[in-house]
Amino acid sequence: MSFVEYSDIIQDGDVAIVYLGHDSMMPIKVQHGAQTQTRYGAIRHSTDLIGQRYGLKVTCTKGGWVHVLHPTPELWTVTLPHRTQILYTTDISVITMMLELKPGSVVCESGTGSGSLSHAILRTVAPTGHLHTVEFHQQRAEKAAEEFREHRVDHLVTVRNQDVCKEGFGVTGVADAVFLDIPSPWEAVGHAKAAMKRHGGRVCSFSPCIEQVQRTCEALAKHSFQEISTMEVLLRTHDVRTVSLPLPDFGPDDTAQKKETPSKQAVFMLKTTTPPREIPGHTGYLTFATKPRT
Amino acid sequence: MADKQDDDAMYTINEGDYVVLKRGDIFKAVQIQSRKKMAFEKQWFFLDNAVGHLYGTTFEILPGGSLQPQKQKDALSSTDAMEAGTDNRNIVDDGKSQKLTRDDIETLKEQGLKGQEIIQQLIDNSSTFRDKTEYAQDKYIKKKKKKYESTVSILKPTCRILALMYHGREPGKICHLRYDTLAQMLTLANIHAGSKVLVFETCAGLVLGAVMERMGGYGSVIQMYPGGGPVRAGVESFGFPPPFHDTLHDFPICQVNALLAGTLDTSAKDPNTDATHPHVAAEETATQPATVQRDGPEEASMDTNASGHCGDQRVDEERERGKEAKAELKRAKQEQRRKRLEAAAAQLEGRNADGLVIASRFHPCPVLMSLLRFLAPSRPFVVYSQYKEPLVDCFTKLKEQGGTVNLRLTDTWLRHYQVLPNRTHPVLLMSGGGGYLLSGTTVATEQSAPATSAADLSQEPAPKRLKASES
Repeated sequence: MSFVEYSDIIQDGDVAIVYLGHDSMMPIKVQHGAQTQTRYGAIRHSTDLIGQRYGLKVTCTKGGWVHVLHPTPELWTVTLPHRTQILYTTDISVITMMLELKPGSVVCESGTGSGSLSHAILRTVAPTGHLHTVEFHQQRAEKAAEEFREHRVDHLVTVRNQDVCKEGFGVTGVADAVFLDIPSPWEAVGHAKAAMKRHGGRVCSFSPCIEQVQRTCEALAKHSFQEISTMEVLLRTHDVRTVSLPLPDFGPDDTAQKKETPSKQAVFMLKTTTPPREIPGHTGYLTFATKPRT
Repeated sequence: MADKQDDDAMYTINEGDYVVLKRGDIFKAVQIQSRKKMAFEKQWFFLDNAVGHLYGTTFEILPGGSLQPQKQKDALSSTDAMEAGTDNRNIVDDGKSQKLTRDDIETLKEQGLKGQEIIQQLIDNSSTFRDKTEYAQDKYIKKKKKKYESTVSILKPTCRILALMYHGREPGKICHLRYDTLAQMLTLANIHAGSKVLVFETCAGLVLGAVMERMGGYGSVIQMYPGGGPVRAGVESFGFPPPFHDTLHDFPICQVNALLAGTLDTSAKDPNTDATHPHVAAEETATQPATVQRDGPEEASMDTNASGHCGDQRVDEERERGKEAKAELKRAKQEQRRKRLEAAAAQLEGRNADGLVIASRFHPCPVLMSLLRFLAPSRPFVVYSQYKEPLVDCFTKLKEQGGTVNLRLTDTWLRHYQVLPNRTHPVLLMSGGGGYLLSGTTVATEQSAPATSAADLSQEPAPKRLKASES
């Protein structure tokens, strides 16, 4: 198992995702002799998991069952332990495409945060790319590095514990793309430019507040970035439901033919979708720009 | 670690390259061909002069159609010296404020005035320009620049640029797939280097190309196609290096049932007993004796000439050789096709694909239910549809059948912003819709059907599940 390459068989030391039901999943660390408690009972790693195929159904000790899935950055995003507010797959997808990431890309990122975007970037730039990620909080930087090791992607990433606004990314002239998710991105634009390849590249800044966006766009323009573009993307989920709508009774209809539908049919069944009651209405604004050749 | 000088080679425009022309927000994918007149945004030019320059360069279109790299931007954009008004209460829009007529402007163009100079002329001849507010002046200049500056940029094709282009230019060709929806698909399907991905699309090859870009030439992509042959025009526009195409296989949908049943035969057949092409077989038997002598066609013709046979016989022999050559070509092509089919079937037979992406004008349900069978357990799949209802059907069928978890029917809402000092707001027009996605993950299937109640079909699964009574 690794977050950048599929495998078929669950092994000791793997990170796996336990699927309990709709919107209910949790990550586990597979270990000989260990047990994981779920609401359906216990999963015994040695007998239930190790040596079995990913995707299998495991019947827990209390009788209920779960499925065990191979980890992916998308499953990790919705199950990882939060140390900060994270980026979700919707924004991550747009960032990945708009930064033109692909195998071999070299990316600089700050702040690392909880590593949600980091894992997605690693998956996309593997096996020949690299991620330089900067986190100014020491414990978070250490936790991220630990997770990258556990997830067998540490060869593709370098974690630096420093302040990107003061010290930059720790590398210059190597990045195809730079991503900023920090309180004052305008202070890091110069460093972003320095980290990027001379030939040019793409930059993205994610900010929840429009004032931050304004200052960042100004800084980008001052540093001669082009194609500056700001957008936001929101996910809308559609829950599939079968709904029954009652039909009112208007009384007997004399003009109608005898072969009318029996009045017993007082219900109209409808297969439709409904939106959830509340949806995330805002995550942040995404600002993209291109660094021209310097 | 700075780039070396020879890295420039990777970023240089060459003859034959597939590139994307850009002007403002308009894109067009073309191939660099010398002496070929390009039409783009009401301008006509030749791309010859672009060869040798770097990607990303903006060129000016000179009268005559040749390109010239644009010099540094002049200070027309700075308006701090210009006087401005405070609001528009006294500005009457009677269409008479511009003193220059269309003909005057044409004359200026013919005189060879650059875009910037024309704009300056327009400003000088506008009676209301100095009454406009600073922002209105800014907007006016931006608008005129868009109209009169004749420039074009040449970009290296990427998924981002091509997705923007297709969505803006020919959305019908890509089933109205908006670029952010495509972005979701690539991520949700966990497209990455080294995997084996199945793609079924009728989006002119855009989706296929996007998948290939994210695989970086590693792993394999199997394009399942309806009809006679795979359509891949869009893939060319990506300008992938030749090795990428080695990872691309194709397999006709009409053979899927045979493959699943185990009755697909991809072995080489004796041309004489090839039942599918009876007339070809007949032709081949007729020309087979002639092919034995193929190694000496020159000798044969020399013999014919030397022996001075009558014209009829010579014509006959030439016709024979022509037929021979055609039959050979046909056989070679058939063999090639057979080999491709065999290779693709070999990839599919193991039923261990890592991902499935569907985006077509066909009803997705039968495609999905059929192609899912080629996926390994615990692997993602994504289905795109311009409309919601077909995906509701897919969702329902999948819930009935079991074997998938984490089913999600979604679409994305996309909004662009204008960000300017004191003028920041969402852009006035917004995309009405970008299509819908159904995504999920496969799980191991069992022999017995999963015990699903009617409640499961319509609602979230009950929190407490009892042991399924499996017979």
